[in-house]
Amino acid sequence: MILMKDVYKTYENGVTALNGINVEIEQGEFVYIVGPSGAGKSSFIKLMYREIKPTRGTLFISNKDVSELKEKEVPYLRRNIGVIFQDFRLLPKLSVYENVAFALEVIEEPPKNIRRRVMEVLDLVGLKSKARFFPNELSGGEQQRVSIARAIVNRPKIVIADEPTGNLDPDTSWEIMRAFEEINNSGTTIIMATHSKEIVNTIKKRVIAIEDGLIVRDEHRGDYGYES
Amino acid sequence: MLETNIEVITDMRARTIKRHFREGIKNIFRNGWMTVASVGAVTMTLLLVGAFLGLILNLNHMAEKIEDDVVVKVLIDLTATDDDVISLGDQIKKLPGVETVVFSSKDDELQSLINSMGQGGDVWKLYEQENPLNNAYIVKADKPQETENIAKQVTNLAHVDSVTYGQEVAQNLFKFTSYARTIGIILIAGLVLTAIFLISNTIKLTIMARSREIGIMKLVGATNGFIRGPFFVEGLLLGVLGSIIPIVGVLAGYKLVENSITGVSSIGFVEILPFNPFAWELSAIILIVGAGIGIWGSLMSVRKFLKV
Repeated sequence: MILMKDVYKTYENGVTALNGINVEIEQGEFVYIVGPSGAGKSSFIKLMYREIKPTRGTLFISNKDVSELKEKEVPYLRRNIGVIFQDFRLLPKLSVYENVAFALEVIEEPPKNIRRRVMEVLDLVGLKSKARFFPNELSGGEQQRVSIARAIVNRPKIVIADEPTGNLDPDTSWEIMRAFEEINNSGTTIIMATHSKEIVNTIKKRVIAIEDGLIVRDEHRGDYGYES
Repeated sequence: MLETNIEVITDMRARTIKRHFREGIKNIFRNGWMTVASVGAVTMTLLLVGAFLGLILNLNHMAEKIEDDVVVKVLIDLTATDDDVISLGDQIKKLPGVETVVFSSKDDELQSLINSMGQGGDVWKLYEQENPLNNAYIVKADKPQETENIAKQVTNLAHVDSVTYGQEVAQNLFKFTSYARTIGIILIAGLVLTAIFLISNTIKLTIMARSREIGIMKLVGATNGFIRGPFFVEGLLLGVLGSIIPIVGVLAGYKLVENSITGVSSIGFVEILPFNPFAWELSAIILIVGAGIGIWGSLMSVRKFLKV
């Protein structure tokens, strides 16, 4: 599913973020990426949706070499990957429904499919009743659930989340994690960078720890392993 | 199966294009004064394009017309006797390529001068007492191409004061046209660049205001073409909006010029291109140039932004 071989990333300003990453992630896995700030977690994640390109090494997603991907093909890669951020990244002037539908509109889905599918995912994240609300009328957890709905609305095989609970209180975080587990149960691969010791230690999944641009630990049903 | 596919695709296209137009129009209103500034710059540019093109093409047309004129005017030496005049006429008739030779006395010449001056011609009536003009032969050639040849041969005959023919006037007009063209091109090029710069800055404002939206579009897999769409439409519309006043100006202005010139029919050689189709062609050129400026401006602003 996802395969990285000797991946290095050095930014133009000379900072080396990744120092030879080798990893394989199977379809349907749930993976936590942990490690101190600035260790290379974000770079690791950005590689996968081709926000950045590796300086050296190869990266396969669904048997396709992403590092060799032409600029023109990047949008089609991203249609298979849902991305979720700490800051939700919703459009403030669009309603909940419109925010989710937006993701389908811009990839030119037929309107009749859009309506059905958007209501389906809003139901899945438990926000069907708030479809007409605007982001500023929602709690942080609800906003994050909208962004999850948007990430999964076109049925991606992989969902990548960069500290999705970073801005949320513990109770809300569990809500979000339940949503992720549900998505994972339907066969979607989930890769989640996090600083939450509690989450990693409670919902046991594969844990990949990155330090100084290297994978220092890779355990199934692992622990957070750092003092939070 | 295939047919339904095609239907789905064309349906999709129509919807996408509609969306791009909706967004593009929204952007135009959103940018307020920058929109006004860029439309103004396009308007100024196109007004000049229209004026210069109209002038240059008409001057060219006139020069060509005059060049085609088959008449050579031979001014006879003031000292020539009547016999000299008659023998000169015979000699001209014998030249190859000459069709007709018509004598025009100095009184005839003065009369036609007075007529050609219209109202101001009355002043020349003072000269009726003592006419300073030459007697002349008006020589017509078979073919326009022979005019110059005939003129040269006539110059060498005895009792010829001077020879004038269309070519000279035409050459002068061509020369003037080329100056006008150079000045026009420099002015227009400068203005085109200014207009493109203003349009691309206007669109950059939109892009900055919508950077969040564009970021999300890219994240969920919108193609660059799709993201570019509304900006392309915005540029196109700015260009087209800028061409409205110039087109109205050209149509109205040209009608006015045409009317005033046909009113004074005595200005012999001034014959401008007919309103229909010339003014319409000019309008089409203005519209195309305007749209081109707009599209170019939008491509310039979006190109850099989409490189990620």
